Amino acid sequence: MSALDHLIALPVALPLAGAAVMLLLDERRHALKAAISLTVSAALVAVAAALVARADAPALHVYALGNWAAPFGIVLVADRLSALMVLLVAALGLSALVFSLARWRRGGAHFHSLVHFLLAGLNGAFLTGDLFNLFVFFELLLAASYGLALHGSGPARVRASLHYIVLNLAASLLFLIGVSLMYGVAGTLNLADLAVRLHQIPQADRALLEIGAATLGIAFLVKAGMWPLGFWLPATYASAAAPAAALFSILSKVGIYGVARVWLVVFGGAPGSEFLAWGGMATLVFGMLGLLGSQELGRLASSSVFVSSGILLAALGLGGPAATAAAIYYLAVSTLGIAAFFLLIELIERARAPGADLLAVTAEAFGLEDDEPEPEDEAGVTIPATMAILGLSFACVALLVAGLPPLPGFVAKFALLAALLEVESPSVAVWAFFALLVLSGLAAVIGLGRAGVREFWAAEGRGVPRVRVIEMAPVAALLGACLALAVAAGPAMQYAYQAAQGLHAPAGYVGEVLRKP
Amino acid sequence: MELVLSLGIALLTGSGVWLVLRPRTFQVIIGLSLLSYAVNLFIFIMGWVRGGAAPILERGVAPDPAAFADPLPQSLVLTAIVIAFATTALLLVVLLAARGLTGTDHVDGREPEE
Repeated sequence: MSALDHLIALPVALPLAGAAVMLLLDERRHALKAAISLTVSAALVAVAAALVARADAPALHVYALGNWAAPFGIVLVADRLSALMVLLVAALGLSALVFSLARWRRGGAHFHSLVHFLLAGLNGAFLTGDLFNLFVFFELLLAASYGLALHGSGPARVRASLHYIVLNLAASLLFLIGVSLMYGVAGTLNLADLAVRLHQIPQADRALLEIGAATLGIAFLVKAGMWPLGFWLPATYASAAAPAAALFSILSKVGIYGVARVWLVVFGGAPGSEFLAWGGMATLVFGMLGLLGSQELGRLASSSVFVSSGILLAALGLGGPAATAAAIYYLAVSTLGIAAFFLLIELIERARAPGADLLAVTAEAFGLEDDEPEPEDEAGVTIPATMAILGLSFACVALLVAGLPPLPGFVAKFALLAALLEVESPSVAVWAFFALLVLSGLAAVIGLGRAGVREFWAAEGRGVPRVRVIEMAPVAALLGACLALAVAAGPAMQYAYQAAQGLHAPAGYVGEVLRKP
Repeated sequence: MELVLSLGIALLTGSGVWLVLRPRTFQVIIGLSLLSYAVNLFIFIMGWVRGGAAPILERGVAPDPAAFADPLPQSLVLTAIVIAFATTALLLVVLLAARGLTGTDHVDGREPEE
C-alpha cells in the first residue's frame, strides 16, 4: 500500500484533527484560529482535487480502515461521485470560512470547530462504504449542523433550530430502524456485500429487507427535503447565519446522495422508482410555488433548494444513466449556486431598513404601493459600484437557478431534457417532469426577477451596504467555479456520465470493494 | 421472551410517538428518549434473542455459531446509545434557550391563541 492510498482518509481525519485542536484554543485567539482553519480547509481542497483526479480512472480507490478486509471491516470508497461530493464540500467549506472571517466568526463560540466537524461528517458520509458508519457520520454532521444553525442565537434561530433538531433526531431513529432491519435480514452492513447477498435472500424475507430499506429511505428523504417531509427546511435555512446556510446547501444533497448510493448500488434502482419520481415532482412544484410566493430572499433561496432537490430526485427516479449523469452535473452546479445565493442574501439585506419591505409582494398584489414618484430631472441615477457588483452576482444566481444560458444551469437542464427525450416509450411521469422542468425555469425567472427589481432598481431610501472584499470574494469564487463548469462542460459531463455509469452498473464497485487483498 | 420484548418495544414506541406529538418541549424530549430506548432494544433483538449466550468465542473450542450471540448488534447499540445521549443533551440545552428567549415552553415559541 503506497502513501497515496492513505489520501482517502485525509478528508475525514484532517478536519477532525483541526477542529479538535481549535477546541483547545482560547476563543480570543482569533488570528491563530483563523490561520489553522483556513490552512486545513485549503489543504482539504487540495486533497479533494487529488481524490477527484485519482477517482477518474477505471480502478476504484478502496481503503480498508485498520486494514480489516471488506465485509468485516469498514471501508472508505472514493468512486467518481464520492470524490466529486468531497470536492464540493471542500469548496463550500473554504468559501464559508473566508466569508465568516469578516463578521460571523464572532457570532458565537467555537464557530471554526463546528464548521470543521461538519466538514468531517460530510466527507465521511460521502466516502464510507458501510451503512452503520454512514449513520455515525450522519450524526456527526447533524450535531455540528445543530450548533451552526444556532450560531448567532436569537429567538428566530432558536425556534427554527428546535424544530430542526427534533425532526432530525426522529429521522435518525428511523435511520437506525432501517439499518437494523436490513442487518437482521441480510447479516451485513457493507453496501457491496448487501448487493451480493440481496440475491441469496429467500423471497419470504425480501419484503422485510425492503421495508428496512424504505425506512432508511425516509430518513434520507427528510434530509433531502422531499415534499411532504421538508416543511422544516425553509425556516431553518432562512434563519441560519449566512456561512452556515451556505454549508447547509450541501446538507440536503447528503440525503440525495444516500438515496442514490443505497438504492442504485444495493437494489439496482428497481423498486420504488415511481415513488421517487412523483415525490421529486411534488417537491419541484412545492419549490416553484415557493419561488413565486416568497417575500423574503431567505425563503426564495430555500425554495431554490426544494427545486434542486425535486429535480434531482425525479431525475434519479425516471432516467437511466444519461439522466443520472445530467443530475450529477446539476447537483454540483446547483449546490455551488445556492451556496453563493445564501452568502449574497446576507450582503444584500445589510442595506435594508429593518422591516421596510417585508410585505412588498403583498403590497404589489393589492396595489397598495404609493403613487409613482415624480420623475427627477437628472438623466439617471448612478448605481454605486457595490450595488452593481451585488446586482451582477444576483443576476448570475438567478440565471443559475432558472437554468438559462450562459451559466451551467442551462447545460444541466438541457442535458436532462435531452436524456428525457431519449427514454423509450415515455410514461406520463416522464412528460410531466419534462413540462415541470421547463416551468420551474419560468417560475425562477419570475420569482427571482421580481426580487432583483425590488432589491436593486426600486431601492428607494436604501443605503449602500458596506461589503468587504473578503466577503465578496467567496461569492465571486463560487460563481466563478460555476462558470468554469460551464466552460468545461464537455469534460465535466464526461466525468458525470462515467460516475453515473458506475452507479448504474455496480458490479465493478462490488467487485473492487470485496476483492481479497 | 420474544413476546415480552416485542410488547415492551411497542409500548415504548407508542408512548414515545404520542409524547413527541405533544405541544410542550419537555414532553417532546421525553418522547424522543422513549423512542430511542425502543430503537435500541429493536437493534438489540435484531441479533436474535438467545438467553445466556455470550458474544464471545472460547479459546480452544471450535466455534459453533448456534451457541453464541451475534456481537455486532450489541456494538451497534452501544454506539447508538452514546449518540442518542449526546444529541438529547444538546436538545435539552436548546430547549432551555428556547424557554429563555421566547418565554414559553410551547414548541412553536408562542402560546396557541384561544
